[in-house]
Amino acid sequence: MPGPFQPPRVSQMNRISLPAPMREELAAIAVDGYPYETCGVLVGACADDGVRVEKVFQARNLNTERARDRYVLDPDDLMSADLAAREAGLEIVGFWHTHPDHPARPSETDREAAWDGYSYVILSVSGARVEDLRSWRLNGEGFVEEQVAA
Amino acid sequence: MSRVIVRIPTPLRGFAGGNSEIAAEGADVGAVLSAIGADHPELLERVMKDDGQPREFVNIYLGSDNVRTLDGMNTPVGEGDVLSILPAVAGGAG
Repeated sequence: MPGPFQPPRVSQMNRISLPAPMREELAAIAVDGYPYETCGVLVGACADDGVRVEKVFQARNLNTERARDRYVLDPDDLMSADLAAREAGLEIVGFWHTHPDHPARPSETDREAAWDGYSYVILSVSGARVEDLRSWRLNGEGFVEEQVAA
Repeated sequence: MSRVIVRIPTPLRGFAGGNSEIAAEGADVGAVLSAIGADHPELLERVMKDDGQPREFVNIYLGSDNVRTLDGMNTPVGEGDVLSILPAVAGGAG
């Protein structure tokens, strides 16, 4: 019988390559934006075992009423990132956002808006530091955690 | 009738014959998407509701303009215009 704690399922198939300079860039944005949620776009390419991120973009959060725990990524910023990606021969491979003072795990709100086929990177941020960074991919009705590699 | 290029986001390409772009004809945004739907009904189903409006978590851009800020699905298109289908991204900890 399994106990009450269920470890997250880590997909053997999906892996997201997120090099250190990009993690540091995301961490700086996350800390700078605290206590509000920040968000953006991951641009890269498909790899044999997942996706490889080559550039990260910050986008505006249009949800100003609940900016501490909700985000609506400005679609105009997404359109700009899509154009930049296509010009570089890349594509949008996912999105990132922060959870101030919350775990780096997707909420029901995250699930409702998610699409199959994208990586969703979440950074847990508390004050002056990022506590955790995890990546998730929708698999049917639920999220599956991805392996995050450099 | 104008011939328009429609850009397909990666997760929907499996419903578009694997294509990243599809050319289609129509007088406005809704007509172009409906024309694509004739060949790719599963794609159209994921982009447009039965009432002809975009689904909640979908944005459609004509060039660099969100059609929601124009005349929606009735926005006229011109020869060589580019329509982009994009996810509407939202969420958060709460």
